[in-house]
Amino acid sequence: MSTVFGVPLPAILGQLVLGLVNGSFYALLSLGLAVIFGLLGVVNFAHGAFYMLGAFAAYIGLQVLGINYWWALLLAPLAVGLLGVVIERLFLRHLYRVEPVYGLLLTFGIALIAEGIMRSLFGSSGKSYPVPALLQGGFNLGFMVLPIYRAWVVLASVTVCGLTWFLIERTRLGAMLRAATENAQLVQAFGINVPLMVMCTYGAGVALAALAGVLAAPVIQVSPLMGSSLVIVVFAVVVIGGMGSIVGAIVSGLVLGLIEGLTKVVYPEASNIVVFVIMAVVLIWRPAGLFGKEQ
Amino acid sequence: MRAQTAVYVVLAALALIAPFLGLYPVFLMKLLCFAMFACAFNLLLGYTKMLSFGHAAYFGASAYATGWLTTVQGWGTIEGILGGVAASMLLGLLIGGIAVRRQGIYFAMITLALAQVVYFICLQAQFTGGENGLQGIPRGSLFGAIGLGNDRTMYYFVLAVFVAVFVFIRRIVHSPFGQVLKAIRANEPRAISLGYKVDRYKLTAFALSASFAGLAGSLKALVLGFATLSDVSQSTSGEVILMTLLGGSGTFLGPVVGANVVVTLQEYLSDLVGAWVSVIIGAIFVVCVMIFRRGFVGEIERRFGQREG
Repeated sequence: MSTVFGVPLPAILGQLVLGLVNGSFYALLSLGLAVIFGLLGVVNFAHGAFYMLGAFAAYIGLQVLGINYWWALLLAPLAVGLLGVVIERLFLRHLYRVEPVYGLLLTFGIALIAEGIMRSLFGSSGKSYPVPALLQGGFNLGFMVLPIYRAWVVLASVTVCGLTWFLIERTRLGAMLRAATENAQLVQAFGINVPLMVMCTYGAGVALAALAGVLAAPVIQVSPLMGSSLVIVVFAVVVIGGMGSIVGAIVSGLVLGLIEGLTKVVYPEASNIVVFVIMAVVLIWRPAGLFGKEQ
Repeated sequence: MRAQTAVYVVLAALALIAPFLGLYPVFLMKLLCFAMFACAFNLLLGYTKMLSFGHAAYFGASAYATGWLTTVQGWGTIEGILGGVAASMLLGLLIGGIAVRRQGIYFAMITLALAQVVYFICLQAQFTGGENGLQGIPRGSLFGAIGLGNDRTMYYFVLAVFVAVFVFIRRIVHSPFGQVLKAIRANEPRAISLGYKVDRYKLTAFALSASFAGLAGSLKALVLGFATLSDVSQSTSGEVILMTLLGGSGTFLGPVVGANVVVTLQEYLSDLVGAWVSVIIGAIFVVCVMIFRRGFVGEIERRFGQREG
């Protein structure tokens, strides 16, 4: 059996595939964060909580209302996205005039509320969500059996990221969005309803997080705390990619997932912190992030 | 000024007689430790406008260091505390050195992420006891003469340290160094153009704040006799932000008031409502940010027209 640095090659490939799955979640989540940050200038601490709510929406939908996985993929992001719209309308909107750190603190409070409510209602233990019938089973890749569901997660995430990128970089709506990011007042003066656009953007970013949650539900245990430590990793991913950079968020999400997977083979103890260490190195070397513009 | 002196006299008197009012001394000490922690945090947020989202790292690292030095290495109480403070100061210099390169929310996210590294190290390292934490940390004695096992003696020791830190932080804020910090808070580019090495001032403030946070953490470890993962956790970092905001950031007494309110709430509510505590804490956060950004003491100072510091 071939080895690299004394580690069997199949083990490395296996962890790389798992890392790619994790990276898909990072990419989806950091994309939403980057879109929100780009237009609103708000670091959405509640992103992990919305991811958790997305997974719970799918779980509750299945258990109580009998909504299957495919409908949950559509309905859960919609429901959680609407919640995001309400939060933007009621709270965030009033904080754009004050310093950006207040947006961070507000969303931190909202994350505490959401996690506390779900913990009170459902307890801290994880709930399992079945893999949909269509996606059960696995491919034999030779070095490992890849569950079809995980391949689907990567495919779905890359597709959604690609579509979002296209929407923002290549359509008229995206052009207005980017213009509003540069200079909101001027765009408003052209007769575009910027507050509405900001509200919808927040809702869309939140919906992306919820979508990641639904995708994650069959892979991991659905629990109220599933998003709270993930969100910090995703923050680091966004900082590495360059705050507000769409491409940066997607690419660094996927790549960091791979690097994390690799670390699990080479030096497992460091796999939890490797993303943060990379963040520190990137900040020293390129303070604006890999894809970010120096302001 | 006279009203303010009166407030301090009343508070000092209350603190001195508190153990005789039927209040549980360990609870009082916990209040003092968290008040000290919040004051240390306020030095950054209130006077330099740097929002550190990972201050539990210094609080917890020092608690672990003091616990390890006194239990495993057999150091004395004072040496153990100083060792803990030194550890958190070094950690502050290290993390602060990276973080002060960026401002605002970037600074917040970097401190948060690096504090998470400290958390994972504490989770996995041998000397921290992993998930169990360090148990049975001895209080020891002062200079081998005054035993601290007695809760009341320990209380007055903690109170003395707290007062010293409080006065010292006040001194820092009113010193020329503190004036420069406030200049940076008001207008950083201007401070740079006046020739101040802004990053160096910010790093010094960060290391000072981390050291005081560490002092609070190591006292907490001695008072309760244990150091656990919750001391370095992100929720503790969040709590100290809330304490400072709620009491009033940039005021001397604000963090003290905020810490008392938050710790008391947690102590009494967690038995009553369980996990709903975090919902209540979150709701207070939202209210603070939306309509109460000055905090209790900030509002009082505004109403009565006394701005200080």
